[in-house]
Amino acid sequence: MPGSSPILQIRGLNVRFRTLDGAVEAVKDASLEVSSGETVAVVGESGSGKSQMMMAIMGLLARNGEAKGVAAYRGVDLLKLSARQLNDIRGRKITMIFQEPMTSLDPLYTIGDQLIEPIVRHQQVSAATAGSRALELLDLVRIADAKRRMRSYPYELSGGQRQRVMIAMAICNNPDLLIADEPTTALDVTIQAEILALLEDLQKRLGMGLVFITHDLGIVRRIADRVCVMQLGRIVEQGTADRIFEAPGHPYTKALLEAEPEGRKPPPPKGSPTVLEGRRIRVSFSIGGGLLAPPRVELHAVNDVSLSLQRGQTIGIVGESGSGKSTLARALLKLLPSEGIVRFTGRDVSRFDQKAMRPLRRELQIVFQDPFGSLSPRLTAGQIVSEGLLVHEPSLSSTERDRRAARALAEVQIDPASRNRYPHEFSGGQRQRIAIARAIILKPKVVVLDEPTSALDRQVQKQIVALLRELQETHDLSYLFISHDLKVVRAMADHVMVMKDGKVVEEGATERIFEEPHHPYTRRLLAAALTGETVN
Amino acid sequence: MTETAALAAIKGRSLWGDAWARLTGNRAAVVGAVYLLLMIVACVVGPWLSPHGFSTIYRDYVRVPPSLEPYPRSGMIAQSLEAAASRARVELGEWRLEDGRLIAHVRSSRPIDERITRYFDRTSAFENAAAEGKSPDGTELTIRADIERHRFLFGTDNVGRDLFTRTLIAGRVSLSIGLLAGFVAVVIGVLYGATSGFLGGRIDEIMMRIVDILYSLPFIFFVIMLVVFFGRNFVLMFLAVGAVLWLDMARIVRGQTLSLKRQEFVQAADALGVNQAGILRRHIIPNTLGPVVVYMTLLVPQVIILESFLSFLGLGVQEPMSSWGVLISQGAKNIGTANWLLIFPSFFLTTTLFALNFIGDGLRDALDPKDR
Repeated sequence: MPGSSPILQIRGLNVRFRTLDGAVEAVKDASLEVSSGETVAVVGESGSGKSQMMMAIMGLLARNGEAKGVAAYRGVDLLKLSARQLNDIRGRKITMIFQEPMTSLDPLYTIGDQLIEPIVRHQQVSAATAGSRALELLDLVRIADAKRRMRSYPYELSGGQRQRVMIAMAICNNPDLLIADEPTTALDVTIQAEILALLEDLQKRLGMGLVFITHDLGIVRRIADRVCVMQLGRIVEQGTADRIFEAPGHPYTKALLEAEPEGRKPPPPKGSPTVLEGRRIRVSFSIGGGLLAPPRVELHAVNDVSLSLQRGQTIGIVGESGSGKSTLARALLKLLPSEGIVRFTGRDVSRFDQKAMRPLRRELQIVFQDPFGSLSPRLTAGQIVSEGLLVHEPSLSSTERDRRAARALAEVQIDPASRNRYPHEFSGGQRQRIAIARAIILKPKVVVLDEPTSALDRQVQKQIVALLRELQETHDLSYLFISHDLKVVRAMADHVMVMKDGKVVEEGATERIFEEPHHPYTRRLLAAALTGETVN
Repeated sequence: MTETAALAAIKGRSLWGDAWARLTGNRAAVVGAVYLLLMIVACVVGPWLSPHGFSTIYRDYVRVPPSLEPYPRSGMIAQSLEAAASRARVELGEWRLEDGRLIAHVRSSRPIDERITRYFDRTSAFENAAAEGKSPDGTELTIRADIERHRFLFGTDNVGRDLFTRTLIAGRVSLSIGLLAGFVAVVIGVLYGATSGFLGGRIDEIMMRIVDILYSLPFIFFVIMLVVFFGRNFVLMFLAVGAVLWLDMARIVRGQTLSLKRQEFVQAADALGVNQAGILRRHIIPNTLGPVVVYMTLLVPQVIILESFLSFLGLGVQEPMSSWGVLISQGAKNIGTANWLLIFPSFFLTTTLFALNFIGDGLRDALDPKDR
């Protein structure tokens, strides 16, 4: 319930970074208030300054950053405090949880140790008291078997569990204000829904203020009382959640609200030939089996999956992380050893080794999830895009290669003039376009899209989806579209396969899956993704 | 868009460009680089410009302390003159200096041979000695000679060689061993490490076990063996030092390669059908170069120290050639009587190592991707 007295008041906050290209203003003249018991969502695309605003008030800016203005916590200006004075407030009265649960916990200490330490430090109690308090906290964030988990190391926990531990750490000293920086972005949809429910519940119980930083408006609609929209470092609109969603004032807010992947893909013509076919694909990894290790265990990452992809068709493969969807795609491209039969345009390629596959690679392309990791940082965009030509058409002259690279870049709507730039000079969406250009320059028949939109903002996602559909039409491509984002899958796929633990639990035409899912797991996925509810 | 317009392209700023900008912003690294450059220029050019040869011996000036004033000093002229006269078995008469030239009268009971002037030439103090004005009976002779003036900025060593020239010559040896052996170690290490890490599996296992075996050889013992079998020579130094130091490099590069191999851009290249040599050349090696460059700047001082250590033990370069290690070793023996023999070479060595380490630190900061 929104309280009356503001706990955090930000007035005229400016954050600037000194970089090699001169000063960059990350936050410009931002003003924001948070009262106790209130949830304020800060929404914006990546680079809009929403995280930096919060980092600034926590005194966590990078060394080359500086903050000006006022950020008052109960009347005390945080920006004027020394690091020591600030430490009394942050970590105790204002706490923060981050996006990446994999790296926010120290791998060398048990969960219990990491929880007990801040309690002992801030509350001056004995380790035993802190221990029992830590146990309560783990129960509070609904970690099953809390007693045993106290002695676990972070690597033994799943992403969702780690994020729960992070939340437990954040609330261990009864903070007034919790800042959550994209806490659910790295998680699967069902777990995301659970974490959101947990945060909502905790906030009601503890009566703290919650600042929720996100780029996902679906989440905002669900949990926020007030919304603050940021664009290019400025707060462009602020208001109650209802007002923002019902009657957005600023054009940028409108654009954000409309940034849902839309449209449906027209089905491929009847009787199109099958280009890629997999029969009873099985990928196993064996674990252990060394001299002193426990006996060898076979893990089936993909278990008995069959599919057939027609020309012009898109098959969406949906599932949570660890369900084997990426492994399946790599097995079909023969990038991983697998059992079963793979046929490419009627030819059995199951027994082909890496060398025999090489000439076929130009027809079978893949676009990866991470637009930051999939481009070599020391090559220019032009070199990256034209690398396939170097391999498959070695007779081309370098000017011809350059011309082809320019044309491919133009096709994915990147200015060809920028092809001598390096990947780090492009934004995430642009990099993903470059990765797509690299895949299509060879005029392939099949492109595997491994979560190509997951790391991108909604608006960029929408553009990439449109681009992929357009390219599919012009080049008659067949897509294997892997995603955990069901909204995107709905806009892209003709046929959907739902995977869980290496098996296909349900498959069918996209509309059918979305309108009347049969399997309980599919229903749970859909509920979490489309309405943000948890269904048991 | 027309094709011609498309071909005009904006120049991108590479990671190297960024790193360079960050490096030039680091004052310590820039000072280090400038110092190192000056040191290299001094060591390469200096010995040619120096008036003294590095192996020229000045018998009259053994272990003279460093000074800006030229030798011979006023008292020394008389001494040298008397010494030369007695060696020539003549009696020294009156002598005087006239605008930097010596005019001396000598006599003898027997007629004097004019060739005695060479005794004067042989001293370090005089040159161009010429006989003139011989008395009719030949027992008296006037000798005219130029006074040879020598400056010994760093003093001279135990046998009377100019320490300044020797320090620069030694710098040539030390720096070239450092740079060349460092370079050799880097080339072998990068190729070996990248191949081993990239191929993986059994080949990796075998290649790394070879490295482990080489690691376990005691270095000094190894060098002594080499010296015993092949005798002492300069090339052997390279081999010995290079053979040991590439091992670290290979391990570093292998580790880098293992993590790079799992990066998506390597998988992407694999999916494009690029063969293994192409992946290694275009994707793996360029991306390991950052740490490699840093390690190399730290490797060069290591090589210089190793060489100095070997020379100190007497296994390094031979007289009259010298290296900083040799000079320091000699200086250490004379620390009580002629401390400049220790001070100057050590100063050159340590400041050069300082400069290299500053550059290494600067490069590490400049190339650290986390700082980006």
